Amino acid sequence: MNTSVQPASTAPAINVGGGETRTSKAKEKVKMSAEAVKVFYGNTQAINGIDLEIFENEVLAFIGPSGCGKSTFLRCLNRMNDTIDICRVEGRITLDQQDIYAAERDVVLLRAQVGIVFQKPNPFPKSIYENIAYGPRLHGLAKRKAELDDIVESSLRRAGLWDEVKDRLDQPGTGLSGGQQQRLCIARTVAVSPDVILMDEPCSALDPIATAKVEQLIDELSESYTIVMVTHNMQQAARVADRTAFFHLGDLVEVDTTDQIFTNPQDQRTHDYITGRFG
Amino acid sequence: MSNLALLALLLVVMALAYQLGLTRSRAVAANRDVRMHSRPGYYGVLVALWCGLPALALFVLWSLLAPQLIDALVTQQLPPELVASLSQRELDVFLRRAATLAAGGSVAGGASPEELTAAAYINRLSTLENLILVALMAVFAVAGLVYARRRISPRLRARNQVERVITFALASSSAIAICTTVGIVLSMLGEAIKFFTFISPAEFFFGTTWNPRFSSSGSSAQGEFGLLPLLWGTLMVSAIALLVAIPVGLMTAIYMAEYAPAWLRNVAKPIIEILAGIPTIVYGFFALIVIGPFLSSLGDLIGINIRTTSALTAGLVMGIMIIPFVSSLSDDIITQVPKSLRDGALGLGATKSETIRQVVLPAALPGIVGAFLLAASRAIGETMIVVLAAGNNPVLHANPFEAVSTITVTIVNQLTGDMDFASPQSLVAFALGLTLFVITLCLNVIALVVVRKYRQQYE
Repeated sequence: MNTSVQPASTAPAINVGGGETRTSKAKEKVKMSAEAVKVFYGNTQAINGIDLEIFENEVLAFIGPSGCGKSTFLRCLNRMNDTIDICRVEGRITLDQQDIYAAERDVVLLRAQVGIVFQKPNPFPKSIYENIAYGPRLHGLAKRKAELDDIVESSLRRAGLWDEVKDRLDQPGTGLSGGQQQRLCIARTVAVSPDVILMDEPCSALDPIATAKVEQLIDELSESYTIVMVTHNMQQAARVADRTAFFHLGDLVEVDTTDQIFTNPQDQRTHDYITGRFG
Repeated sequence: MSNLALLALLLVVMALAYQLGLTRSRAVAANRDVRMHSRPGYYGVLVALWCGLPALALFVLWSLLAPQLIDALVTQQLPPELVASLSQRELDVFLRRAATLAAGGSVAGGASPEELTAAAYINRLSTLENLILVALMAVFAVAGLVYARRRISPRLRARNQVERVITFALASSSAIAICTTVGIVLSMLGEAIKFFTFISPAEFFFGTTWNPRFSSSGSSAQGEFGLLPLLWGTLMVSAIALLVAIPVGLMTAIYMAEYAPAWLRNVAKPIIEILAGIPTIVYGFFALIVIGPFLSSLGDLIGINIRTTSALTAGLVMGIMIIPFVSSLSDDIITQVPKSLRDGALGLGATKSETIRQVVLPAALPGIVGAFLLAASRAIGETMIVVLAAGNNPVLHANPFEAVSTITVTIVNQLTGDMDFASPQSLVAFALGLTLFVITLCLNVIALVVVRKYRQQYE
C-alpha cells in the first residue's frame, strides 16, 4: 500500500477480545470494486482516490477517525450520496462488473441490490408488518398476500426479531426498543433480498446487549450476503469483520485481513490509530 | 399640568432615581469595602422602579376614578329640581355637554345658563383634582425613591427583584391578548343574549329563511332570522375555497420542500407568501371584475348558467388567497420530517415521489391536516371577498353557480347604515358573530391539538 513503516512487532497492537478474531474464509470472487473514487462536497474533497475490492460473502469493516470519509465512501456504494445536492463522485464503482454510476443504470434498482442500514434506527411510522412489507411491495416481490406474509416472517426471522414481535405485527415499529428497531431496519433491508448490505455504524446508538445481538446477526447474515460496515469501535471490527480497511483524512490507508490489521499493520498511521494514539 | 407632561416628568424623575441608586450602591460598596450582591445598574433600576411604579399605579387608578367623582360632585351642586326633571340618560348628556364647555369647546344648540354654571364648577374641580394628583404622585415617587435607596445594602438582591418585575411585565403583556379575547367574547355574548330575547334560539339556529326586514322605521314588524341559509352559504364558499387551496397548496409545498433547487425556493417562497399579504378587498374586486365575468363567459361557452357573482367566484378567489397558508405551513411540516426516514425509503429502492407519497406525507399527515383546518377557519371568517363576489343572496340552494350569502356578509349588512342598536335586526349580528367565533374556535382548537400530537411524534 503506502510507504510501509514497520511498527514495533513486539507487543500485540490491540487486545482483540480474547484473541478470537474471525478467520478469513478465503473468499475470492469480487462482488464490488472501486477504482480511483473521489468525492467532493462543493469544493471540498472528502475522498482522495480510493481503490478497493469487496469480495462476495465477506464482512468488510471500515475503521478510522471521525471525518475520515468512511461513511461518505460507504454511501457511494449504493449512490445514497445522490440525495445530497452538492456531492459529486468521480471514478468508477462496479457491482458484478457493471458500473453503478453509468448513465443507463437505474439507481432505484441498484439500491434494492445494495441495501443500507443507517446509524440511527429509522423505522417508518407504520406497523411492524408494513415496515417490512414496504420494500417487497415497492418492487413487486410478492404476488399474493400469503407470499408477502412469508417474506415478512422470513425477514424477521433472519433478523432474529420474529419471536419478539410475532404477536404484535400490527403495532407501530416506532414503539420497539432501540435495539429491536435497528434489527427491524435490518429485516426491512433483508426483505428486498439485496446482494450487498451496507451498514453505517449500525450499533453506535445501541446498548451493549443490543449491540451483541446485532453483531451476531451480522455474522449470520454473512452466510448469504456481502456486508460492508462502518464502525467506530475497533473491537467490533475485530469481532465481526473478515477484512478491515483503515481510512484516514480521505485516504484508504490500508486494507487487509482483520488479523493482519490488528496484529501487524503495515502503515505507521494504522498502527498509531489502533494503539489509540489518535482518533 | 397635562397628563402627558406629568408622565414625562415622572420618567425624568425615574432617570434621576436610577442615577441616585447607582451612586448610592457604589458608595456603599466603597465604604464598607464589600462585594455587593448585584452590579450597580440593578440597584439603579430597582430604585427607579420603586420611584416610578407606585406613582404610575396611582396615576392609572386616579384617571379611572376622578371623572366619576367629578360627575358626582357636579350633580350634587346642581339645583335639585333640575336633577329631578332629568332622566338618567338626559343627565348624562347634560354632564357631557358641561364637560365639553369646560374644556373650551362649544355644544350644539348653545349652552344653557345651568350648563355654563356647571362648566365653571367642573373647571375649578379639575384644576383642584390635577393639583392633588401631582402632589400625591410626587409624594409616592419621593417616598418610593427614599425607601428603595435606604434599602441598598450588599445583601439586597436587587438583580433577583428586578428579574421578578421583568417576569411580571412580560406576563401582563401576554395577559392583554387574553383579556381582549375574553372581552370580545363577553361583549358578543351580552348582545347575543339580548337578541335571543326577541328570537328564540331554536328559530335562529334551525330557521331556513333569512328575511330580517328593516328596523329603521321603528315598526315592530319582525323578520325571519334563520341561520341555516347563511351557514350553508359560508360552508359552500369555504368548501370551494378549500377544494382550490388544498391541492394547489399541498403540491406547492411538496415541490418547494422536496424538489425545488435552493435558489428557486429562496425566490419563490417569499413571492407565494406575498399572496397572503394582499389586502382581501383587492382580492374582492379582482373576483368581481376579472374572475366573475371570466367564469360567466366560460359558463356560456359550455352551456352552464354561471352568475358573475356566485359561490364559485368567491370560493375560487378565496382559495387563491389561502394557498399560502396551506403551502407554507405544510412546507414547514414536510421539512420537519427527519431525513433519516427519507433515507430509509430511498435506501430500499423507492423513487423520490414514492418516498414522498408513502413515507413523508403519511408521517407529516397530522400536521398537514392541522394546516388545512387553520386554512378552513381562515376561509370561514373571510369577509371582503364574499361581500363583493358572492352576490348576497341568502337563500338555501345547492347550486354553486348561483349567488349565496355568508355569515360574515350578513354581519356587514346588518351593521352598516343607520341602525337602531336595540332592534333584533342589529342585534342578530352579534349572534351571528358568536356563531362564527365558535366555529372558527373549534377548528383552531382541533388544529392545535392535531399539530401538537404530531410534534410529539419526533421528539
